[in-house]
Amino acid sequence: MSGTGIGARVLRKEDFRFITGKGQYTDDVNRYGQAHAVFLRSPHAHAEIRSIKLDAARAMPGVVDIFTGDDLAADKIGGLICGWMIHSKDGSPMKAGAHPALAQGKVRYVGDHVAVVIAETQAQARDAIEKIEVDYKVLSPVVAMADAVKKGAPVIHDVASDNTVYNWSLGDEAGTQAAFAKAAHVTKLDIVNNRLVPNPMEPRAAVGDYDSGTGGFTLYTTSQNPHVARLVLSAFIGIAPEHKLRVIAPDVGGGFGSKIFIYAEETVCVWAAKKVGRPVKWVADRTEAFLSDAHGRDHVTHAEMALDASGKILGLRVKTQANLGAYLSTFSSCVPTYLYAPLLSGQYDIPAIYVEVDGIYTNTAPVDAYRGAGRPEATFVIERMVEVAARELKQDPAAFRRKNFVRSFPHQTPVIMCYDAGDYDAAMTKALEMSDYKNIGARKAASAKKGLLRGIGFSAYIEACGIAPSAAVGSLGAGVGLWESAEVRVNPVGTVEILTGSHSHGQGHETTFAQLVSERLGIPIDNVAIVHGDTDKVQMGMGTYGSRSGAVGMSAISKALDKIEAKAKKVAGFVLEASPDDIEFKDGKFSVRGTDKEIDFGSVALQAYIAHKFNGQELEPGLKESAFWDPTNFTFPAGVHICELEIDPATGVTRIDRWTAVDDFGNVINPMIVEGQVHGGIAQGVGQALLEGAVYDASGQLVTASYMDYSMPRAGDLPSYDVGMTQTACPSNPLGIKGCGEAGAIAAPPAVMNAITDAIGHEGIAMPATPLAVWRAVQKTAPRAAAE
Amino acid sequence: MYPFNYHRPSSLADAVKLAGGDEAKIMAGGMTLLPTMKQRLAAPSDLVDLNALGLSGIAVAGGKVTIGAMTRHADVAGSAELKKAIPALAEMAGMIGDPMVRHRGTIGGSVANDDPAADYPSACLALGATIVTNTREIAADDFFVGLFETALQPGEIITKIIFPVPDKANYQKFRNPASRYAIVGVFVAKFAAGVRVAVTGAGSGGVFRQFDFEEALSKDFSVKAIEGIKQSADGLNSDIHADADYRAHLIGVMARRAVEAAK
Repeated sequence: MSGTGIGARVLRKEDFRFITGKGQYTDDVNRYGQAHAVFLRSPHAHAEIRSIKLDAARAMPGVVDIFTGDDLAADKIGGLICGWMIHSKDGSPMKAGAHPALAQGKVRYVGDHVAVVIAETQAQARDAIEKIEVDYKVLSPVVAMADAVKKGAPVIHDVASDNTVYNWSLGDEAGTQAAFAKAAHVTKLDIVNNRLVPNPMEPRAAVGDYDSGTGGFTLYTTSQNPHVARLVLSAFIGIAPEHKLRVIAPDVGGGFGSKIFIYAEETVCVWAAKKVGRPVKWVADRTEAFLSDAHGRDHVTHAEMALDASGKILGLRVKTQANLGAYLSTFSSCVPTYLYAPLLSGQYDIPAIYVEVDGIYTNTAPVDAYRGAGRPEATFVIERMVEVAARELKQDPAAFRRKNFVRSFPHQTPVIMCYDAGDYDAAMTKALEMSDYKNIGARKAASAKKGLLRGIGFSAYIEACGIAPSAAVGSLGAGVGLWESAEVRVNPVGTVEILTGSHSHGQGHETTFAQLVSERLGIPIDNVAIVHGDTDKVQMGMGTYGSRSGAVGMSAISKALDKIEAKAKKVAGFVLEASPDDIEFKDGKFSVRGTDKEIDFGSVALQAYIAHKFNGQELEPGLKESAFWDPTNFTFPAGVHICELEIDPATGVTRIDRWTAVDDFGNVINPMIVEGQVHGGIAQGVGQALLEGAVYDASGQLVTASYMDYSMPRAGDLPSYDVGMTQTACPSNPLGIKGCGEAGAIAAPPAVMNAITDAIGHEGIAMPATPLAVWRAVQKTAPRAAAE
Repeated sequence: MYPFNYHRPSSLADAVKLAGGDEAKIMAGGMTLLPTMKQRLAAPSDLVDLNALGLSGIAVAGGKVTIGAMTRHADVAGSAELKKAIPALAEMAGMIGDPMVRHRGTIGGSVANDDPAADYPSACLALGATIVTNTREIAADDFFVGLFETALQPGEIITKIIFPVPDKANYQKFRNPASRYAIVGVFVAKFAAGVRVAVTGAGSGGVFRQFDFEEALSKDFSVKAIEGIKQSADGLNSDIHADADYRAHLIGVMARRAVEAAK
């Protein structure tokens, strides 16, 4: 091979266009005659709309049209949906309040969509927005979950009179009760998982277009899964049948989950294109992104762990309140339930687990999947719990974890998941070596001499990726299957186009996927093009999230390549006058076993298309195959991250000194891209732990609605990472891949907080551990601990 | 952004004339004004751009440093002469914003805007600078009036700022983790006649002098001299990043570090 196959550090093919400014993002799409949409957003967290007066706005220069919720209703355009049905423990279905794309009678969070102005220019639309008069009857907002569930709290949706979407549970309550009854020690902890704003570099955008000649709609949009967007816009919202609706997600500048969902703005743009007879474009500004992108996390949890006298975990009991915001976003319901609770066993052999989760409405932006989606929350709970348990039992945190590790596979946890492969001890051993754990005492002493508090924190995380077996998720309430599709088109000259239902918005699929093809077909990587993000090109797909594109998307490609190889062998057999069974394929050449007769891949492709050497009735001409891959299981990436940091007790400033990451992602296609994913994931995890936090005030105004108040991690906040890997191949897909996109964001927060609490000597601090929070916490540090 | 008339006068006299309009705004670097206009929070009828006036440059002579009002932060930070005369001032300029801001923003713009979390006001106040305008000279002690409020009259334009060269000085900045503006910035300057200490970022009325620290340091310029002096939290800002108690505490920490690092 030429060094571009599996395992090679190939530079990203797509980066040339990105770094030379030739990327084509949604905002780069300009259609002839397009008008511009600007949304009027609610300034109130909770209010009835008594009336909306549009006359003055309609009279403004350049206004093409103005629409409200009434116009959508008149056209029978449905509301936004939540695609995963969760049932409460009493069997009742979740209480999903209506979510119109433009408000109907009521607004429920600051930033909620009230009306849309479409004008010749964006500036004219903004001018006109200011002239719309809305008569609001302001209602009391409920911002905190604790207030939302109080008796007599204002009701956000009539269908949920107690502002509760569901009371869900998982696991064996009685068995867990029994485990606690025989416990020698119980560790208890209250845990807050802070609310985050996703902040992809590219804000959301949409261009809707309607062709009155064909009756077809086209939507250009910042989506991680354009086919799912088409399905929802077509089948549920009712824009147009699928064959009359093309959705294109061109280059997309980051998503982190926030661009999975189907939002009001793209719905309105594509619908309005037909109403006004012109293309309609909308581009969010950063404030809109803060207000109306689905937020992430926001859990309040009480957890208890039962242990025997030796420190063996007997049981885990978790009660979580999950803030779902004002409406149920597309996949919001499954994030704090099936993407969360099944991961609470962590890397540990825990005989009994019981979890209760209450999904709560509040007058805040909707909350949905954000990098990790449920798994960071679960990892934070279990990794804080084991760290605190080890401290309470005066055991070394690494030894405590080793004592409780799962050691044989497959391992069935008490909470759905069956771990298929892993070697948790190997990752721990490697991480301890890389981090020079044995000399931590000396490093703590050296810091103390400088007046600084040094702490070390572990995070032995596990996640479930490669989502997911369709029948399994269907049985848990998913509205879709979670397979992936691929089509391999071999051109007559032997170049190859791969059509995939995965979507790349920073992950580097154009390189990684091409490496697989280059390796398998023995052709130069530059002869491979990856086509994605257009429902007219790729027939169907489920998109990119949950670290699934390698494990699921590439498995579909692999399956299609198997078919290509089988067909090409038949063609080669005819050309070389041998039985296909005697044809070997290696390094891009087909040869007859035991002879020197051979033909290269490109020549076979040509022969397949000219079809001179075989009977077209016996073997179809052409070389094109497709495949759908439905996973047999989740995949289970796991690893150990160790954070070592210093705190300046005088200011509360935390400086991360060392970061060791040892991850088991199974087989790796491009180590450079995988390391990049780890680096970025850790940065986001450190952001959550030290810096980021969405804050609403008591009236429901988002205080952190700009970078003046919302702290994003910057290079100077981060250390130089020490990244290592262990490998156990994943038995659940043909490539042995587990997935790497979210690991860093999942692993990092508990590693940081375990290190901070180690440094300050107590557990009384929550994320984000800002200098203020750390300084306050240090005041409560016992003098002995500070002097250590 | 709302529409406005844009002017780029080439003489100070023209600039003053244009700036006299009721709804006119003067723009130096535009690092605060332009984002505010883009967010539709400011709507001047006329924007008077000072960038063609040539009011830039740094001169050191006779125990004084004179900096033209349109001198960019990056040029202040990079000036070899200034680094010799008042290294603390050059270092302070290098801590402002990010590289883009430092190459666009100006000393005059920063001082005229008097953002309560800006860095320059503390340097002007601690060094006892003189702010020179098209009509008069104003002592820093009289210049900074309140939040975003200075002694400047409508249409009055800063032309240069004159800094006396101290024996020693230092600026310590504790940054807001989000905006990287000063949560607390303390500028300490030691002169033969005494020590001046100015605090930015913390006060609800903008930049202020810490007279207790000044008195103690004037007698004994050492960390020890101010260790026991408690900064009151009264009149200090509270927000999600820092409450008043924390700011009061940080003023002490930053002041001590500034004394220790002064050169």
